[in-house]
Amino acid sequence: MGHTLIEKIIMNNTGLETVSPGQIVTTKVDRVMIHDIFIPFVAEKFKEMGFSKVWDPDKVVLIYDHMVPTSTVEDVRHFQIGDAFAREQGLTHVHRTDGICHQLMPEMGYAAPGQVVFGTDSHTTTYGAVGCFSSGIGYTEMAAILGTGELWVRVPETIRIEINGELPANVSAKDIILRILGDLRADGATYKALEFGGSTVEGLSVASRLTMSNMSVECGAKCALVAPDEKTAAFSKVSMDQIAWIHPDPDAKYEKVLHYNAADLVPVLACPSQVDNIHPVSELVGTKLDEVFIGSCTNGRLEDLAAAAQALESKTVAPGLRLIVTPASRSIYREAVKAGYIETLVKAGAIVTQPGCGLCCGRAGGILAEGETVLATNNRNFLGRMGPSSVKIYLASPATAAASAAAGKIVMPE
Amino acid sequence: MAQFTGKVWLLGDDIDTDIIIPTEYLALPTVDDMKQYAFSPLRPELAGQIRPGDIIVAGKNFGCGSSREQAPEIIKHLGVACVIAKSYARIFFRNAINNGLLLIECPLHDDLQEGEEITVFPGEKILAGGKSYPISPLPQNLLDILEAGGLVKAMQKRNGLL
Amino acid sequence: MGMTIAEKIIARAAGVPEVKAGEIHTVTLDRMMSNDGTTHLTIDMYHNKLRHPHIADPSKVVFIVDHNIPAENPKTAAVHKKMRDFARENGIAMYEGKGVCHQLMVENYVCPGELIFGADSHTCSYGALGAFGTGVGCTDFLYGMVTGGSWVMVPETLRFNLHGKLREGVYPRDLILTIIGDIGANGANYKCMEFAGDGAHGLSVNDRFVLCNLAVEAGAKTGIVEPDEKVKEYVESRGRKAEHLFTSDPDAKFLKVYDYDLDKIEPVVACPDFVDNITPLRELPHVDIDEAFLGSCNNGRIDELRVAASILKGRKVKDCVRFIVSPASNEVYLQALREGIIDTLLEAGAMVMNANCSVCWGSCQGVIGENEVLVSTGTRNFKGRAGHKTSKVYLASAAVVTASAVAGYITGPESL
Repeated sequence: MGHTLIEKIIMNNTGLETVSPGQIVTTKVDRVMIHDIFIPFVAEKFKEMGFSKVWDPDKVVLIYDHMVPTSTVEDVRHFQIGDAFAREQGLTHVHRTDGICHQLMPEMGYAAPGQVVFGTDSHTTTYGAVGCFSSGIGYTEMAAILGTGELWVRVPETIRIEINGELPANVSAKDIILRILGDLRADGATYKALEFGGSTVEGLSVASRLTMSNMSVECGAKCALVAPDEKTAAFSKVSMDQIAWIHPDPDAKYEKVLHYNAADLVPVLACPSQVDNIHPVSELVGTKLDEVFIGSCTNGRLEDLAAAAQALESKTVAPGLRLIVTPASRSIYREAVKAGYIETLVKAGAIVTQPGCGLCCGRAGGILAEGETVLATNNRNFLGRMGPSSVKIYLASPATAAASAAAGKIVMPE
Repeated sequence: MAQFTGKVWLLGDDIDTDIIIPTEYLALPTVDDMKQYAFSPLRPELAGQIRPGDIIVAGKNFGCGSSREQAPEIIKHLGVACVIAKSYARIFFRNAINNGLLLIECPLHDDLQEGEEITVFPGEKILAGGKSYPISPLPQNLLDILEAGGLVKAMQKRNGLL
Repeated sequence: MGMTIAEKIIARAAGVPEVKAGEIHTVTLDRMMSNDGTTHLTIDMYHNKLRHPHIADPSKVVFIVDHNIPAENPKTAAVHKKMRDFARENGIAMYEGKGVCHQLMVENYVCPGELIFGADSHTCSYGALGAFGTGVGCTDFLYGMVTGGSWVMVPETLRFNLHGKLREGVYPRDLILTIIGDIGANGANYKCMEFAGDGAHGLSVNDRFVLCNLAVEAGAKTGIVEPDEKVKEYVESRGRKAEHLFTSDPDAKFLKVYDYDLDKIEPVVACPDFVDNITPLRELPHVDIDEAFLGSCNNGRIDELRVAASILKGRKVKDCVRFIVSPASNEVYLQALREGIIDTLLEAGAMVMNANCSVCWGSCQGVIGENEVLVSTGTRNFKGRAGHKTSKVYLASAAVVTASAVAGYITGPESL
């Protein structure tokens, strides 16, 4: 009997010869990520549980991103506790101002193909794009992992998503995953693994795959994997030999298989206030906007900034509209500077901010006023996420977002 | 776990973690400081109305969204006896068990009125409006954590502190 | 009887041939600027307190969002929306996220000889271009907006004759901090600080901005550098006219005249919690820092960014120190981008912000926590200015701030 991608990674990790969905197994954790919001709670629970030493400091990554830059005096307390914990435990992988955790984890090689990684953030599913079993957990479980190096998981059923053919020019990975979320619904993959494959996925950049795995948690998925290939090997700086085992068997058993023809896909939006409330952009053309946000662990990468710069070349942001661009990491910001994207964006009237979670986590970075409407490239449009509950949040691709920023209203990407 | 009776607060589908506790309050020092803002984007008055022993009954996908563990912790701190939903998002589910908050999966929501009293027989059934709804027990490894009073206590036991 | 620069500007604005210090005159304002620190209050008064609300000349009014941008909570977002709506309804120019208000005013509006009210204390900066800028409250601003005029008391003038040149590694910021330390935080209360002499004319427009901007920290109503060809060039290169390059008459009456030899100025630090609490850098004890800030209307221009980049080249910001850099305007940012400065800053580990007030305003970006220490090129170091009430702020030049970010404690670049 064949196995799916997630089953193979769990088998490799646990040493079990076979696993099947529903089985509860104990994994040896290869890496964990803790971010600034939760480090005080992790540190507290860790002590409360009676632990004194982290099982392996090299496997722990601490990243400040939600509160960077700080916007209240309380924010700094999280850094102070995090710095003290890092000193006490001898943690060396600490990033204080380098960007968003889910960008840094794969970018810095902390999350690599075939590994088992947990993070104190729901979008930890992102690293599935490089063939890593990664999933979000709470701070109490993180404290237990820090003490034991282990975590129990229920082997998930797998939903295979096959996408084949060539994407239309104005359709991006964001449009694909939004469409999938609309079809599966917000709870359509709860407790389950997604496995993306097909010629379209093979043709996508690693950055685009990260976008898809990132948002898979929005349909409840535990993880969302893409079998690693040459692109992954180059991105993660591993050899093809090292990743040869990381693929599903031809006779793997899936709970279901969804098929998409890339040529049929169109630019779409998630409308307020559910991520699965998906409509074609064409249906909403003309919706007036007050702000556009391009950034986040979903769509703050170089190709996203390139798409935005392309859409705004020799154009300006519509009068009265704020365009906020937040690169996902320091290195992306630098690359975008070198490529000239930042100059194009600032000249067009964009407000380019320090890399971090920014507006996406709703703590700063362009909060909206009563009754305003924002089009954003991030992953959630929940009620009250970016300001008062009356704020309407639409989610879309960077190309749609940038074109709409120039128009002052929702328009089709070119 | 013994049976208990409580008053019902009804919430809909897809109650996300930003509704349970908006991000702007996550930097408050303690969960007790945060709990007054529970559910505030949807029902700002609700946190003040919930009394210990009350029961939250919701639709599908309760707790979807972020991994913020304050969400189940706050519900626990408000004194809620248990949450009964059609389904749960997975991180919320794990976090709730790890904090000793009982979650029950049962499609009860559409049959109830807010304010009704219902009786829960954990792992067995729920009695509501004269009807009996069967519920299934949790897997043993989760019951162990729940019965220890959450994952912290379970780890304390492992480390010989209890 | 001769007049000072301030007297000439007020005489022109009052439409009279001559004014004297101490007199009160009714004036026509050339320009009014208001930012998101207080404009919402002005708009509320406009709607609630006036019987016949109207604006005398919308083309003279400028609104600028720079204090909390991008907005960090619904309250500041609501302030911005109120400004945006009001500006649109009334035909007022509105800048949002383009830079610090005073920098934008100097780049885009201020002309020599003008009288300008700004609803912000650092409006005194406009003296860099030989204009009389002064900070006012919302009520004064509203009156000006509605009537186009106001009243001013003609200030006495303190004349600062600057001689020679600053030594390498010493900056106009060290000079003005030294002056404030000498005359005290109220040493120029109600007065005009006029800077002249070969030392003043040797300074660039940007350097003059640094001097005038901090005049209010000595209590001054305004600060003015005697305008010259450099001012004319700056203004004309931006398509504006330099019609009134006022200088003080030889027999003008100064309350007091000070002489400063610029080559005697040395790097200084303003210690907590007052701008006049000046200590020479070499006498400062060891002070560890948590955050360093380069930016603000005082010190966020290309000159300061160049200084920072030259120090950071090949170096890294110290672990655990947050080094926040916020260019004073998008024009400054783009210039820095082209010169490779932004990349140098990013490579060294600095946090590069959008152009705004940032840490200097202390409520939106880089807010510091309990017991933290900030070394800053901002305008003020008052208790709690940058965050928690137990935190401390030291003011220093861009060179000292950058070097401190690398070292982790307050120091100059020569000790790196």
